[in-house]
Amino acid sequence: MSADTAPLSSLPPVKGNFLGRLPVLKQLRQSVGLQRGMLVTGLVITALFLLVALFAPVIAPYGFAQLRDDSGAFGAQQPPSAQHIMGTTVGGYDVFSRVIWGAQTAVMVIVFAVVFSIIAGILLGLVSGYLGGWLDRVLVVIGDAIYAFPSLLLAIVLSIVISGGQSNLWGGIIAAALSITVVFIPQYYRVIRAETIRIKAEPYVESAKMLGASTSRIMFRHVLRNATRTLPIIFTLNSSEAILTLAGLGFLGFGIEPTAAAEWGYDLNKALSDVTSGIWWTALFPGLAIVLSVLGITLVGESLNDLADPRLRGRKRVKVKSGAVSETSVDRTLPSDEDILEENA
Amino acid sequence: MKPVVEITDLSISFATDGGAVKAVDGVSLTVNRGEVLAIVGESGSGKTVTAKTILGLLPDTATTGGAVVLTNRAGTGESDVVTLSKKELREVRGTDVSMVFQEPSTALNPVYTVGWQIAEGIRAHRKLSRAEAKREAIEILRKVGIPDPEVRVNYYPHQFSGGQKQRVVIASALVLNPGLIVADEPTTALDVTVQAEILELLRRLRDEFGTAIVLITHNMGVVADLADRVAVMYQGKVVEEADAKTLFANPQAPYTKQLLDAVPRIGQGRIQTTERLALRDAGIASRAAEGRTDKPVVVAENLVIEYPGRLGQKGFRAVDDVSFRIQPGEVLGLVGESGSGKTTIGRAIGGLTRATGGSLRVLDFEMVGFSERKFKPLRADIGFVFQDPAASFNPLLTIADAVAEPLVIHGRASSPADARKRVDELLEAVQLPKSYGDRFPHELSGGQRQRASLARGLALEPKLLIADEPTSALDVSVQARVLELFAELQAEFGFAALFISHDLAVVDLLADRIAVLYHGKLVEEGTGADVLDHPKDPYTRRLLASLPVPDPVEQAARRTVLAELQSSPGDNPA
Repeated sequence: MSADTAPLSSLPPVKGNFLGRLPVLKQLRQSVGLQRGMLVTGLVITALFLLVALFAPVIAPYGFAQLRDDSGAFGAQQPPSAQHIMGTTVGGYDVFSRVIWGAQTAVMVIVFAVVFSIIAGILLGLVSGYLGGWLDRVLVVIGDAIYAFPSLLLAIVLSIVISGGQSNLWGGIIAAALSITVVFIPQYYRVIRAETIRIKAEPYVESAKMLGASTSRIMFRHVLRNATRTLPIIFTLNSSEAILTLAGLGFLGFGIEPTAAAEWGYDLNKALSDVTSGIWWTALFPGLAIVLSVLGITLVGESLNDLADPRLRGRKRVKVKSGAVSETSVDRTLPSDEDILEENA
Repeated sequence: MKPVVEITDLSISFATDGGAVKAVDGVSLTVNRGEVLAIVGESGSGKTVTAKTILGLLPDTATTGGAVVLTNRAGTGESDVVTLSKKELREVRGTDVSMVFQEPSTALNPVYTVGWQIAEGIRAHRKLSRAEAKREAIEILRKVGIPDPEVRVNYYPHQFSGGQKQRVVIASALVLNPGLIVADEPTTALDVTVQAEILELLRRLRDEFGTAIVLITHNMGVVADLADRVAVMYQGKVVEEADAKTLFANPQAPYTKQLLDAVPRIGQGRIQTTERLALRDAGIASRAAEGRTDKPVVVAENLVIEYPGRLGQKGFRAVDDVSFRIQPGEVLGLVGESGSGKTTIGRAIGGLTRATGGSLRVLDFEMVGFSERKFKPLRADIGFVFQDPAASFNPLLTIADAVAEPLVIHGRASSPADARKRVDELLEAVQLPKSYGDRFPHELSGGQRQRASLARGLALEPKLLIADEPTSALDVSVQARVLELFAELQAEFGFAALFISHDLAVVDLLADRIAVLYHGKLVEEGTGADVLDHPKDPYTRRLLASLPVPDPVEQAARRTVLAELQSSPGDNPA
């Protein structure tokens, strides 16, 4: 039997190339057919959304709160023209500029909301899942209680408590972000807690316990990183929900003042009466912006979700009699004693 | 008469993330009427994939070439499974060929009665009323040896024991009287004593019903017990095909020889064990002459371990009044079937489960009601090797980092990088190249991972190593090498060990003394020669007789012994 003669060079490579191991790129490479189409569409829309947000000052012809330029006031409810390619709103703002600036507000709110809720949710979930006991019970009850409230209602209450009516740019963004955070923390908390409880019973955690590792070492070195694997998916799905919540707050009048930042929900609210009088451009473009950004991020999230599960992942069919027979678990891949000595020398 | 199934030049490829992988490569096999063909091989050899093709049960990612011609029982119709449509496949399944799965508890739906599940199969193929189908279900349950089938037909799966569940699964495979049953590792999930009963039932299927059986297994003892003909598969190919007696007496292919050599047999390691004992006794004598006496590493006296029950319910007593001791440098083998409490004892010694009664002293530290903080320094002297090497490594740490963990935790090194030199030594000691330290656990094979696990267990040169079924997740040839390594390391480092296993032959290879557990009680303890050659306890005797040996002739003789043991009154504690 040639069990001992396989040279070391025939061993599988230790690492793939770095680019291929990055989270989203790895999935992109794995995907085929419809799943790839969905992922690519989502990525393109999301990238566009992020680029627009980043370069808003360059792209937008006017400021978000600008009412007049050198040639005088814009005028209210002007139809699309060369000066204002998407027309102007009832308040006399340029619709195109506000749509562009709105992307920036949305991205900032997403970043803050998701960062706050991830940090708090992970810590609470980890501690509560690993330690258990009364702390766990109390936190679960609180989490369930938050679920019982409509999320928008909670967000409204919080935005009143935090911003108290006054709303500059950062105050408005932080208020919106925190009100979304409260709704999201239980989601992260639940996922991390469930994962932690599962991982707690894994032999490698027991093995660490056997070695005498401290509780904090086990929690942060062994449990934390293994528990956070599903987060990118929740992260993308929550981002799209954050946009919707922000727009909802703005639509109901609890968002950011038009002079502080551009916000799609607020613009939609102001466009309500326009729709009945045939002025379509004030509602259509902010609405489209919301739909597209949510669609893009959701597509990315859903495809990542499918691709993360080997059973849902599509693959190309292979030809009859194709492929190589893989090595079975007989220790053929194990080098001989001489090879080891040589290698170790 | 035509063979029941004729497989010609079968090849199967799977689409995976890493491109096409070929699982079966030009396999040709035939199964004749009323014959048991065993397909043996280690994991990944393609045996299960081959068998599943007979039922057309492959997933969508598979591409099949070649032909699998299935003939019905009457010999009137034949069909090539590879080319059948889904509807035609449904007609063939159950009537011409059916399957018995490995894990009976997952093969049955827990929310339906077993009678309903068997009747479902009947009614899918024949137009019968509910009452008629149920009558047939009762009849078939009686045939597979379920007592009181009229009552039991209305039971749910959880009301049956593991062995009875497997009988029910066999009954539902048998109910339409197919010419062929594919049994995929039908006894792997069962204890040896139950395994013997299921093998007996399968033998009756062949003899009384004339059913042909394709038996897929990795256990050479099971093959020797049941098979008429054997096909040995390796890396997707059939390397040898012969009738059972010839294959075991005179294996031709080098792989078959290697496979048969690797199967542990009782009495095989007796010489080494005796040598080791003599050496150890000499050591104890010389130390005694210097006026030093060895303190035992583990002393258990009337040890009781109870798992707390739910509110208002009595707890479950997993270990009941067990006493034993492990001397320094001694290997104690702990044998028992599932639920016998062997793993619980190992976990209690390691401080993972709390001992609740009696006394358990580990390294002179009382474990009943212990405080974790006081026990922690002692953990450096206890190593642990877990059953599943794949699960006992943190998938995100490299092997070097994982092996360095104990060194860092107990302050022998400041960081995993600092411990690298010692880690390299350890990897060399377990015969792994140093460069493997930079790999992640999934980049190693099962045997390699278990070596790394040994390296981690030995990192602090412990006085006691607890090995909980360290080889039961490994293939037999890998198992042989890991056991060899374990014996070498034990001789080199001289640690005491508690070796937990359900396999008497494996324990016999390594252990100085063997303790047999049954339902939480210690029924017998002594040296390998005492316990295995002259067992006193009826349970040990039954356990020994149930263990199939890889030799068809000897196994046939052992079957009669077992039949006598089972029929003698008072000896059947189950």
